[in-house]
Amino acid sequence: MADDTGRFGVGALHLGIPDRRQFVQLGAGAAAGWTFAGNAFAQTERPTNPPDKPRGQVIAALSQEPTVFHPLMPGIEVDQGIWWQVFSPLWFIDPDGNFIPDLAREVPTIENGGLSADGLTWKIKLRSDVKWHDGTPFTAEDVKFSLNLINSPDFRARSRVGHHLVKDIDIVAPDEIHWRMETAYSPYMSILAALTFIVPKHILEKVTDPNASPFHNAPVGTGPFRWGERVPGDHIQLNANAGYHGKGPYVERVVFKYIPDLTVLYTQFRTGQVDYTGLQGILPNFVQEAKTLKGRKIFVSSTSSVEHIAPNLEFGAFADRTVREALYLAINKQAIIDALNYGLPTQTESFVPQQAWSFQQGLPQHKYDPAKANALLDAAGWVRGAGGVREKGGVKLEFTNSTTSGNAVREQTQQLLIQDWRAIGAAMRVNNMPAAVIWGDFWQQSKFNSVIVGVNFMLGSDPDVTPRFGSGAIPAKGGRGYNTYQYQSAEADRLLAQGARQFDLAQRKTTYGELQKLVRNDLAILPLFQGFIAEGVKEGLQGFRPNINMSINCWNIREWYWA
Amino acid sequence: MARYVANRLTQAILLLVIVSAIGFAVLHLAPGGPLSQFAASAQMTQEDFERVSRQLGLDRSLPIQYLDWFGRMLKGDWGRSYRDGEAVLSVISSHLGATLELMATATIIAVLLGCWIGVLGALRRYSLFDTLATVGAMIALSIPTFWFGLVTIYVFSVKLGWLPAGNRETIGDGSPLDLLHHLIAPALVLALVETAMWGRFMRSAMLEVINQDYIRTARAKGMPEWRILTVHALRNALLPMITVAGLQFPTLLGGALVAETVFTWPGMGRLFLDSIGYRDYPVVMGILMFSATMVLIGSLLADILYAVVDPRIRVG
Repeated sequence: MADDTGRFGVGALHLGIPDRRQFVQLGAGAAAGWTFAGNAFAQTERPTNPPDKPRGQVIAALSQEPTVFHPLMPGIEVDQGIWWQVFSPLWFIDPDGNFIPDLAREVPTIENGGLSADGLTWKIKLRSDVKWHDGTPFTAEDVKFSLNLINSPDFRARSRVGHHLVKDIDIVAPDEIHWRMETAYSPYMSILAALTFIVPKHILEKVTDPNASPFHNAPVGTGPFRWGERVPGDHIQLNANAGYHGKGPYVERVVFKYIPDLTVLYTQFRTGQVDYTGLQGILPNFVQEAKTLKGRKIFVSSTSSVEHIAPNLEFGAFADRTVREALYLAINKQAIIDALNYGLPTQTESFVPQQAWSFQQGLPQHKYDPAKANALLDAAGWVRGAGGVREKGGVKLEFTNSTTSGNAVREQTQQLLIQDWRAIGAAMRVNNMPAAVIWGDFWQQSKFNSVIVGVNFMLGSDPDVTPRFGSGAIPAKGGRGYNTYQYQSAEADRLLAQGARQFDLAQRKTTYGELQKLVRNDLAILPLFQGFIAEGVKEGLQGFRPNINMSINCWNIREWYWA
Repeated sequence: MARYVANRLTQAILLLVIVSAIGFAVLHLAPGGPLSQFAASAQMTQEDFERVSRQLGLDRSLPIQYLDWFGRMLKGDWGRSYRDGEAVLSVISSHLGATLELMATATIIAVLLGCWIGVLGALRRYSLFDTLATVGAMIALSIPTFWFGLVTIYVFSVKLGWLPAGNRETIGDGSPLDLLHHLIAPALVLALVETAMWGRFMRSAMLEVINQDYIRTARAKGMPEWRILTVHALRNALLPMITVAGLQFPTLLGGALVAETVFTWPGMGRLFLDSIGYRDYPVVMGILMFSATMVLIGSLLADILYAVVDPRIRVG
């Protein structure tokens, strides 16, 4: 595999995706520490070299069942666990945020001529030594086919964000492809890296229905593992691809074992039946105990997800920024973190993870101050009425809060919020629903008052949040996106449009920094903490590297091996 | 007899149609939908949701969707799973074996053990054994299967290390011994409630029989007790159990649903739960129709068997 780290744009400062030193200079040096937070340094054994040929197997336990194996169709995070093993993107994002070429020979930049200065022309040079699992050579035709398939009206593509801007795809050579973008769109670099896998033209062009074919249940890719077998409801086995073009794989087999109950999953990890606990990992209440288990290593790492209270900004009192500020001041965040989440997550004020290059330092820090909250509401004319509930102009400061029923930690958080907010004259009622209900129209069409939710706002590693905070992205108002908060700000729209056109990293950091300040100031969301995950691996299993830029930490099983 | 069977068959088919209509309506009218699972992963925009919904035909009116589904089902096309694109019948059949294995084992344990406890309890009415069996049955019927399963795992897997903590087999092994090893705990947990029920039913049935005049007559004629018990009492006491067996299927399926979740058993119960969670309409409807058919067949067979045994039923 080429080890050229991609540089994203050039600009006057010649800044690409920064290296470690530049990260520190940019104030994002925290990136170095996150991977090894908590007990992650508990690796007592000395890392050894990977074996010369694949050896042994890894049983990875997942609490959800992967069922979507066509990597361009609607799928959830757990499906990506399979996609990363079977397929390859043009480039991927490493834990430090660098773009690393995979099927591409190098990551296109303005410096290397892969990107035109205006960001409209993309020229991708591809590897010529890559083969599909059935032995057919991978070429630029496959890339063109994949992009066209996504935009095909008959195909049930997951998302066309970014892809719909791709025009005039031109195959220059079997190992080179060019295209033109309708408008400059810098987040496309991340979309191609983290969410777009290339599929085989020679197989899929022959199927009659692109949404259902044998490929869907026996996929053929260019990734480090070949499709083995699937026992529905139980496990999926992938076998090492000896002809893989990159590093690894170093194990003969990966078995993804589906264990829906997290307590049972932890028990099987404890009894040694599984080697790795993935996706939702180990429940917080088991983490302390898990750290004491012999022969196990526990990694507690941050995720890109931000746990927050989502206010519906068009609902009653939430339209008043003062109310949102008062509610925010009255939340005892530290109690939520310490008492309910075992002190594992970290406070945050931004929708961007603290380890990202685009994270804005120095945002106003939340302070638990009910007295100030009361004073703010008094000053704004919210007077206490019957039952101590405040009201102003006929609008009562009472609302419902919803979350996924059965999520014990969130339900306990709601109980704390009820107490915290009652103290300032706000009445909150719980209105929880099953996942399949709450995340349907109720959420998408902004039918809620407020919701506790964890959201990954990033597009891979890109902070473009146009679909989340853009005025044109409010589904309840016919918009194209998921701005269910109904946040509308002309300044945010301007910054979002600007950031999506910029290719210079320093400029983008400034733009998205301004946006984070704006969203924090407007309190479009009330952030609680940055998400975290506790994962366990058996001692002796090397190569596990949490990656905040991926939706799933088993993205690199190709690099795992038994010491 | 033929007319009786035809009548019962017609009723069963009508019932299936009603079950399908109600099931379809309840499932589709419940809030949420198959695409809501993707809202949390946040890669899809509202436009994507609407497009995919259109492509799946979910934007049509409910009666049209039902008629379309029903029409295709009559032709043997039960649709495709929204989750993995597999044909519904194939999805069901891939999970059926595991469930049948579990249910059959649990049933065998329950019938043998339950009947033995029931018979002995009836013969030694109010004895220590009978009292213990009664208390035990009450406890077994009261214990949530989920909790009992977790305790079993804790004691026999975590603490003693005798049994695997779940799964149908050790990946890479799969020998008959390995399969049996994995089957013990979930089958026993599933059999617990069943055994209690069979025990209670059998005790009542047996009590009723052994108090009949013909049993007293047999004793008066000097017939050996073992012969009275097996030939006269047990055979007659087992008659009402035919109905019990026919109606046990839904209970068993409900228990399997929980046992499969606790023991990560890849069967129909877990498939059903998962499919409901994901609002995988075609699979949920498929399982619903399959289960309803099984229950009706069980009930039908019980009725027919009863009619064969007792001709009065046919004209009743």
